[in-house]
Amino acid sequence: MEKDQCSVPDENLNENSGSSRRDFLKKSTFLSAIALTPVSLVTAAEKEMDEKLAAVFEKVPLKLEINGVKHALSVEPRVTLLDLLREQLQLTGTKKGCDHGQCGACTVHVNGKRQNSCLTLAVMHDGKKVTTIEGLANGADLHPMQEAFIKHDGFQCGYCTPGQIMSAVACIREGHANSETEIREYMSGNICRCGAYPNIVNAITEVKNGGQKV
Amino acid sequence: MNQFQYVRATTAKTAIGALVKDPSATFLAGGTNLIDLMKNGVTAPQKLIDINPIPLTEIRKQSNSIYIGALATNTDVADHKLVLQNQPLLSLALNAGASAQLRNVATIGGNMMQRTRCFYFNNPDLPCNKRQPGSGCGALEGYNRMHAIFGASPQCVAVNPSDMSVALAALDATVLISGPKGDRRILFTDFHRLPGDHPEKDNNLMKGELITGIEIPDNAFGKTVHYLKVRDRSSYAFALVSVAAALNIKNNTIKEARLAMGGVAHKPWRLTEAEKALVGKPATEATFKQAAEIAMQGAKGLKYNSFKLKMAPNTIIEALKTASGIA
Ligand SMILES: Cc1cc2nc3c(=O)[nH]c(=O)nc-3n(C[C@H](O)[C@H](O)[C@H](O)COP(=O)(O)OP(=O)(O)OC[C@H]3O[C@@H](n4cnc5c(N)ncnc54)[C@H](O)[C@@H]3O)c2cc1C
Ligand code: SF4
Ligand code: FES
Ligand code: FES
Repeated sequence: MEKDQCSVPDENLNENSGSSRRDFLKKSTFLSAIALTPVSLVTAAEKEMDEKLAAVFEKVPLKLEINGVKHALSVEPRVTLLDLLREQLQLTGTKKGCDHGQCGACTVHVNGKRQNSCLTLAVMHDGKKVTTIEGLANGADLHPMQEAFIKHDGFQCGYCTPGQIMSAVACIREGHANSETEIREYMSGNICRCGAYPNIVNAITEVKNGGQKV
Repeated sequence: MNQFQYVRATTAKTAIGALVKDPSATFLAGGTNLIDLMKNGVTAPQKLIDINPIPLTEIRKQSNSIYIGALATNTDVADHKLVLQNQPLLSLALNAGASAQLRNVATIGGNMMQRTRCFYFNNPDLPCNKRQPGSGCGALEGYNRMHAIFGASPQCVAVNPSDMSVALAALDATVLISGPKGDRRILFTDFHRLPGDHPEKDNNLMKGELITGIEIPDNAFGKTVHYLKVRDRSSYAFALVSVAAALNIKNNTIKEARLAMGGVAHKPWRLTEAEKALVGKPATEATFKQAAEIAMQGAKGLKYNSFKLKMAPNTIIEALKTASGIA
């Protein structure tokens, strides 16, 4: 019973050591209680809150240039750059993996520098230039890094790929693609569940050695 | 994430004024820790004061030190010529932390203020004295593999997760602070606190105070430094144990030594006694072993982290070997 209710990741706990597991569960029973609170109750409470707060927490005007297109927007302060791109501007090429800075799927360039769009608020970027995976190609011509990922099979499911490519382009621009070891270190902020790493490294190495402008 | 108000401050004075006026407000720098915590519901400030417009990004040489503004990013500092030349240990430690994407936005001030990665702290449904004083410490008898072996209290056994701070503690840095009552300076080693009976306080910054920068005194360590970080994977993970080591060796005799450890205590753990034991000795593995033994005096393991009692001295020895070039 207890086992089924525990939604805490515990791969590091020894399944056979009953006592340690129970110790852990003792601390986490509260979690089960929360998880079981009827959804209707939670949303009702939230709704009331939202109405009261709407007047106080106003939207903030925001100017952004995204992939060369200027936008004059109005956003709630709590909206992350990632959610703005995906949910308000329908630029869904940038992916949400973990939403906590741990996977790199959401990597974009802001004023030419790569960063995780999930851990930054859109309103922090007033007046800045954002490039997403949609802005990398030149019309119908793919960016050399996109070509190289295709050529080297730098992906399987493709979910991490937009982030990998944005990061890979930055990795070369920063001058951190001089060896396989260096590429691996400076690409470590992009996790690939499919394990396409060797092919990704090959793609980056080829673009780097090809000397094209990235 | 909860709703909050968002304001931008363009001067230190307005930022401090805004924070003093509104106790529910918090400074926002790179946001890589704060926004994460807000998403998890660990903290819910009603107002964010974005301090990024304040001109505090400068890195410059002073007469006997290097000054680094609190809003300089981890990347800008790690790659800066002055830092690489004069304080390479700081570059090594910064580059050992997080990922390239995160370092591009994480600031020096935010890095030293980052909260513990204790699993219980980061989950508001679990007990934690640091997040909610009096609720108990989930980690003390719980799953405490990442936790402290030095300076813990029954109230909290968390560790400080910052790599940068370990190097700054070793390098005798000073924190520059502005507050409603004016400016003050704190030695980096006095900035963070041990948990004692008040684990809710990570450091000695007072309400309304803004970190404006750090100063690192010049030294004679040159390139005889090393930052060794041991973790569950080779990159993009927090330290199990880390060691910042700096040596000044003349004619194979150690003239000066600086040592600090990360991942072992609630604050960067400076190893003053071990440093003393190194001075005057030849730079050999035997000397380093002896220093590591001294460093470990008073260490205490918990149920799941006793491996650190062995890993820590080994990391000290390896860091010293690499720094001195005898590895
Ligand atoms: C997936 C992941 C992995 C990571 N791995 C590592 C790692 O291996 N090693 C490591 O060291 N770190 C690591 N980090 C943490 C990272 O270094 C910090 O999140 C970052 O340094 C915080 O800086 P920031 O500018 O983004 O701070 P923010 O998130 O903006 O702020 C953090 C706190 O500091 C306060 N603050 C910020 N600036 C000031 C100031 N000038 N004066 C007073 N208060 C201030 C804020 O109010 C807030 O409470 C990791 C983070 C993530 C998400
Ligand atoms: S170790 Fe500290 S941070 Fe972790 S649960 Fe205990 S009180 Fe909280
Ligand atoms: S979604 Fe941003 S890092 Fe995972
Ligand atoms: S290709 Fe599937 S996660 Fe990378």
